[in-house]
Amino acid sequence: MGERTIIPFGPQHPVLPEPLHLDLILEDEKVVGAVPSIGFVHRGLEKLVEKRDFHEMVYVIERVCGICSFIHGQGYCQTVEGLMGIEIPERAKYLRTIWAELSRVHSHILWLGLMADAYGFESLFMHCWRVREKVLDIFEETTGGRVIFSVCRVGGVWKDIDNDTLKRIVTVLKDVEKEIKELSDVFIKDYTVQKRTRGVGVLTYQEAIDLGAVGPTLRGSGVPMDMRKLGYAAYGELDFEPIVEKDGDCYARTLVRVREVFQSLDLIYQAVNKIPDGEIATKVRGNPPAGEFISRLEQPRGQVIYYAKGNGTKYLDRFRVRTPTFANIAPLLKMLPGSDLADVPILALTIDPCISCTER
Amino acid sequence: MGFNVIGKTIMKSLFGKPATAMYPIVKNEFYPNTRGRIENDITLCNYCGLCGRRCPAGAIEVSKPEKKWEIDRTRCIVCNFCVQVCARNALSTERHYTTPMTDKSKRITTLYGEKEEPVKEKVQENA
Ligand code: SF4
Ligand code: SF4
Repeated sequence: MGERTIIPFGPQHPVLPEPLHLDLILEDEKVVGAVPSIGFVHRGLEKLVEKRDFHEMVYVIERVCGICSFIHGQGYCQTVEGLMGIEIPERAKYLRTIWAELSRVHSHILWLGLMADAYGFESLFMHCWRVREKVLDIFEETTGGRVIFSVCRVGGVWKDIDNDTLKRIVTVLKDVEKEIKELSDVFIKDYTVQKRTRGVGVLTYQEAIDLGAVGPTLRGSGVPMDMRKLGYAAYGELDFEPIVEKDGDCYARTLVRVREVFQSLDLIYQAVNKIPDGEIATKVRGNPPAGEFISRLEQPRGQVIYYAKGNGTKYLDRFRVRTPTFANIAPLLKMLPGSDLADVPILALTIDPCISCTER
Repeated sequence: MGFNVIGKTIMKSLFGKPATAMYPIVKNEFYPNTRGRIENDITLCNYCGLCGRRCPAGAIEVSKPEKKWEIDRTRCIVCNFCVQVCARNALSTERHYTTPMTDKSKRITTLYGEKEEPVKEKVQENA
């Protein structure tokens, strides 16, 4: 047995813009253990629910995360609507679905770029982010914000997208699809890229279930679980199957995300074809009654759980978010032992960590 | 196929338009929907203070006696909620962002309504 060294990884690390700290225990170049610590960017947003009324809180909850901000807003609204027993109009459901899927597309493209950056493929990183910019432009055009949209409200959405714009969005997305096709070939077929990802950080089917992995980390290990299958928003009326890969290594997780980009684009095309005309919001009367409600949604990073407890006033008693990254840290600790030090950044990235989400 | 893609990408990079804008020289283009910053048409405002009470960031301060409407632009998160709640439609979202500032005191924009002219007593003239 060689001598053991402890190397601190993060919270400031060139490869990872997220404040995740790992104490890596090394024997020579091999990782034998890792101790995680988080808590560097805690903001106490959940507590704020006692001070802001339930309409205003949407804008606070959206700011939990900068990448999946829309889905956080959507999840919050969905939970409060569930608590109050509000049924939102069909068109609002479809609009939410379209924005949520666009969020997934831009999140996964961002991740692909970061992944390329992690193994030092700078130009691929740049190209991914160049393509992502088109999706952000769609956001700016339809919602007014590039990152934080503020279009969700309890009872529906604030802004409508007219049918001509929807058609135009589809043409832009067809372009995006073509470009992603070219870029994704590099992730899937390139020899050097495969050398870095194949067989690295294997998480078996059983381990993924036991450790409670979520999202692409779970599906990369062969478990077909996708919260969108619950049929919230308009997903019940769209046709799709969870994307699953068997191998459970970094390559499989990359492949899941690449395929999910195309799946999301397909879901948007379906939603644009099916979207009904009509109202985009229902009027909300009264306050959330005393009671509790839980809803589960699928974020780009995996399953997210929202819990809300009302007390009959305009302030909620408690609101809680269980973010996907928190669930994925345990599987990450399982993947790390046995890998090389040089692979640690790729492994940490492969769960797509969003620590600011986790700490709220 | 691979070389085809590489060739195309190289050609695009060499002869195409750059993907990024030359920012200060080329001004950014905004969409009609872009939420830049909040503006108040003070002539419509009746200083009810609703926008200040509902603002999630606590960025607006309204004073009825002084006829003053004040926004802290660095606190405002441009969520558009004040625009939605204002019953008099006095608020709107401008497309242009707040310009960067070097002086912290510049972050507050204060608007005053027109002071009513004190009513002059009518002098009865003997006709
Ligand atoms: S809500 Fe409208 S009318 Fe009332 S103070 Fe604000 S801007 Fe003025
Ligand atoms: S846009 Fe939002 S944060 Fe800004 S002043 Fe209005 S309500 Fe407050």
